[in-house]
Amino acid sequence: MAEKTLMKGNEALAEGAVRAGCRFFAGYPITPQNEIPEYMSWRLPEMGGTFIQAESEVAAINMLFGASACGARVMTSSSGPGISLKQEGISYCAGARLPIFYANVVRGGPGLGNIAPSQGDYYQATRGGGHGDYRVFVMAPGSVSEMANFPRKCYEVAFKYRIPSMILADGLLGQMMEPLEFDFEPVDTSTIPEPDWVLGVNEGRKRRVVRSYDLAPGKMEEFNLELDSIHSEVKANEVICETIETDDAELVLTGYGTSARVCKSAMALARKEGIKVGVIRPITIWPFPEKIFSEIADKVKNFLVVEMSLGQYIDDVKLSILGKAKIDLHKRPAGGIPVAEEILGVIKQILGKS
Amino acid sequence: MKKVFERTKGLVDIPMRYCPGCGHGVVHRLVAEVIEEMGMLKKAILIAPVGCSVFADEYFNTDAIQGAHGRGPAIATGLKRIKPECLVISYQGDGDLASIGMAETIHAANRAENISIIFINNAIYGMTGGQMAPTTLLGMKSTTCPAGRSVDVNGYPFKMCELLATLDGAYYLERTSVHAPANVIKTKKAIKKAFTYQMEGRGFTMVEILSQCPTDWNLTPLQAIERVKNEMISYFPLGVFKAPPKPTKQETVKV
Amino acid sequence: MPKIDVDVTRCKGCELCIVACPKDVIALSDNFAPSGYYPAVPVRPENCTGCKLCAYVCPDVAIEVWK
Repeated sequence: MAEKTLMKGNEALAEGAVRAGCRFFAGYPITPQNEIPEYMSWRLPEMGGTFIQAESEVAAINMLFGASACGARVMTSSSGPGISLKQEGISYCAGARLPIFYANVVRGGPGLGNIAPSQGDYYQATRGGGHGDYRVFVMAPGSVSEMANFPRKCYEVAFKYRIPSMILADGLLGQMMEPLEFDFEPVDTSTIPEPDWVLGVNEGRKRRVVRSYDLAPGKMEEFNLELDSIHSEVKANEVICETIETDDAELVLTGYGTSARVCKSAMALARKEGIKVGVIRPITIWPFPEKIFSEIADKVKNFLVVEMSLGQYIDDVKLSILGKAKIDLHKRPAGGIPVAEEILGVIKQILGKS
Repeated sequence: MKKVFERTKGLVDIPMRYCPGCGHGVVHRLVAEVIEEMGMLKKAILIAPVGCSVFADEYFNTDAIQGAHGRGPAIATGLKRIKPECLVISYQGDGDLASIGMAETIHAANRAENISIIFINNAIYGMTGGQMAPTTLLGMKSTTCPAGRSVDVNGYPFKMCELLATLDGAYYLERTSVHAPANVIKTKKAIKKAFTYQMEGRGFTMVEILSQCPTDWNLTPLQAIERVKNEMISYFPLGVFKAPPKPTKQETVKV
Repeated sequence: MPKIDVDVTRCKGCELCIVACPKDVIALSDNFAPSGYYPAVPVRPENCTGCKLCAYVCPDVAIEVWK
């Protein structure tokens, strides 16, 4: 496993999913994620899996609904517009407790927008773009290596809690090439016992039903409260967050994915000039690392959020800090990519250092 | 004396919520009987749509899944690709199949997905209270074409068997009805063929079944079966629209 | 002697069996069942031939037939 390979982010994501046991992919072409279905179209058959180019993203997510109900590790991917089309299906999967995995390689929006990288789909990803009270386990890779290694965690959490799981990437992460190393052995799904809710040949067991409705009085409320307790468990057990040099920091930079990479570069520049800057980078953006922000905000009184959007992730930062510190936003929406030097300038402004 | 007709084990023994005289109940019995007779109760997966038959997952004594409106063929695709040994049945209404789910229907047929669709054509949206459906007849009233469906405002009703018959991926397409005993018997034969062809891996099969909807047609059950006989069948002719070529004399001898 | 039995808890009085029966065996009862429907009843059982047509058209699978 020590061999390093040079791969494009989208392909690394696809290979990571296959390595994590994905054996069914249904998708549809949309820039900037086309390499994922392209890669899956030859890789999955190699593994005895199924690839389908669906007639639409709506059909694709519903193919996942069926395949997942049969126990398969499934995947679909798209960019913002396609993920919008899949929202009803994702809500059905949440309502039917189906452990699907999907990826959004985000582009500039709204509408057709552009095909440049963006982080403008944060609300959609973390607040659930579909209807009803459901949450999705969302991971935000910041490198090609993480694109490759995160799918395993997504499947693990999805199957453990039977909730949808997602990778929120962007066009830059999808299109760039970097050396990567897998940190897990290929998952052989044939060694994993079939869960006890799966449809199929029901010999020697009672019939099973996969569904997301219940009209009996009080039943949906009951089901939602059950989901609520599952969400609490996920929040308690599955938060992953990276903090760098926040102990002595006078200002903390924070962002996820690509913008977090830039924060790290800006931190290095600032530290060179004697300005003590730290970084908080959430890796799971749902469940959000509230405690970490809250604890650090007891000491650090300045936060600078860096987002490739008009500011959506900043809401969760604010909700975690609850007024204990000043929070500023540096926003480069819809294709704007922040660079370290410009962030350094903003840091100096905030800290009143010329 | 012997009991010659009783409730099939393919149906869960609970009352069905359908309106008096509704065709769904008849088709449920036929589908369940065919599954039972094929010995597939343990190997069938029924997809319930959104519509009056949304509760079908409670009525069939098989594994079942209830899916989003119109997405049955896509769900069936996912089910069948993962569990080809199962008999996958997408039970759908006309709004489900020919309106919101038209693309899924056409593409599943075009991909020659090895699935069976049971398509209930009652020319109305039943569950939601009688709105115009994609198969509502010209001149027929509904809550959203109260003066009667007119071509200039609402276009033409879809003939689904004819439409899908143009697709090479469609292996077997037949339209039947359940308004009278003889037709009920033919419907059961058609369903048996469709399910048998599926298990032989021959590709996409669909039985379109004209069905009476007394409540939302504002007719009594007896008037409703008359409408099927006198108005629907003329626009939606019964019969086989796609079927395997009959083996020629020579072939039958060889077999 | 062939006969039918109509489950009055399932029958919704839709009358489809009445018009399907070739021997005019069935009619709606005069008093309604607990469900509130007037159920179908074999009023001329002696005519029944056990042909099952009533059972074929019954939307609620409420009829059993003996022959």
